[in-house]
Amino acid sequence: MTKNSDTTAGIYKETLLAGLWRENPVFRLLLGMCPTLAVTAAVKPALTMGLSVIFVLVCSNIVVSLMRNLLKPHLRILMFTLTIATFVTIADLFLKAFQPEMSETLGPYVPLIIVNCIIICRAEACASKNNLLVSIIDAVGMGVGFTLTLCVLAGVRELLSTGMIFEAKVMPDWFVPWAAMSMPVGAFITLGLLLGLVNKLTKGKS
Amino acid sequence: MSTLNTLLLGFISIVLINNLVFTKFLGICPYLGVSGRIDMAFGMGMAVTFVVTLSGTLTWLIDHLILMRMGLEVTRYVCFILVIAGAVQLVEMYVRKFFPSLYESFGIFLPLITTNCAILGLCLFIHLWGIDNLPEAVVLSFGAGIGFTMAICIMAGIRENLNLADVPECLKGAPITLITAGLLTLAFMGFAGMIR
Repeated sequence: MTKNSDTTAGIYKETLLAGLWRENPVFRLLLGMCPTLAVTAAVKPALTMGLSVIFVLVCSNIVVSLMRNLLKPHLRILMFTLTIATFVTIADLFLKAFQPEMSETLGPYVPLIIVNCIIICRAEACASKNNLLVSIIDAVGMGVGFTLTLCVLAGVRELLSTGMIFEAKVMPDWFVPWAAMSMPVGAFITLGLLLGLVNKLTKGKS
Repeated sequence: MSTLNTLLLGFISIVLINNLVFTKFLGICPYLGVSGRIDMAFGMGMAVTFVVTLSGTLTWLIDHLILMRMGLEVTRYVCFILVIAGAVQLVEMYVRKFFPSLYESFGIFLPLITTNCAILGLCLFIHLWGIDNLPEAVVLSFGAGIGFTMAICIMAGIRENLNLADVPECLKGAPITLITAGLLTLAFMGFAGMIR
């Protein structure tokens, strides 16, 4: 990676990959835990949530990057939050109009994207310092990394709690569903064990 | 009498049964971040209780007296987050003036209350549950703060002892905290069904 990181294309590639694994928002930075735990009882809501977060993240990074030279330091966070709140309102209305059932399932967790630390963290750490293209790539990388993590967690939980993935049966008949996995207990313990696994894997490598 | 009953039941339910941390996954970031020492956890809990009571009440008033009357529901999220940011600013100034030592030990976490999901989450839940009188909204907001304080203090107590325990290398830090939280959640599930 160090070989081509001084070229422009190399920087873009590295920014994109950082969000996927090396700086994965959930596993490495421990950001955005609330939606991670709350919407991962099944894969479908997790995927919807991930896509909404990608939308908001990309839009807010674009706006923040464009106005980065106009920002006053003490009003910075407020401007970020207002920008994010606007785009979340758009996403929420969109889901209500076109995916009413999914909007019902996700409930207050869509508006709660406003206070999702990932978005404000990327606005502060990346978009307020970099140009438009880098900010967009960073947002896509982080968003996709977040979505993949949500889907992994939701996959494990849905498989163990119902024996199904995407509402299609995959486990053999003798499998007894673990009801606890779809409850809060399952969320906390699965994420804890997954984090432990990631720690173990990365430690072996370095 | 029946009003008092509703308020009391609402309070108990939001503290024990619908506890924001254990059943709604709100406020997990400070729950994991500040729960290292019990005195800091308690301070954080008190700050959150104050902000959540203030902002829960204010957002209810704004929602019912201004937004719904004028048909401005679209701007609800923007208004809510502005109220919360203002309330946090108030607490920050107060703590810095009167409890400088506590202010220093909080560090970054005090401004971060703005992005504490428990607070915005509670304001949204009050709207979602269709609470239509002010006393109930106030009691629920206060109860949510107390519930958060209780959860974070229990966690801090456990983690102080966990420091002495022999935890597998790869589970140290956040993973074991999450697993502990899972077991705590299991314990709190025992309260479910206590009220209807």
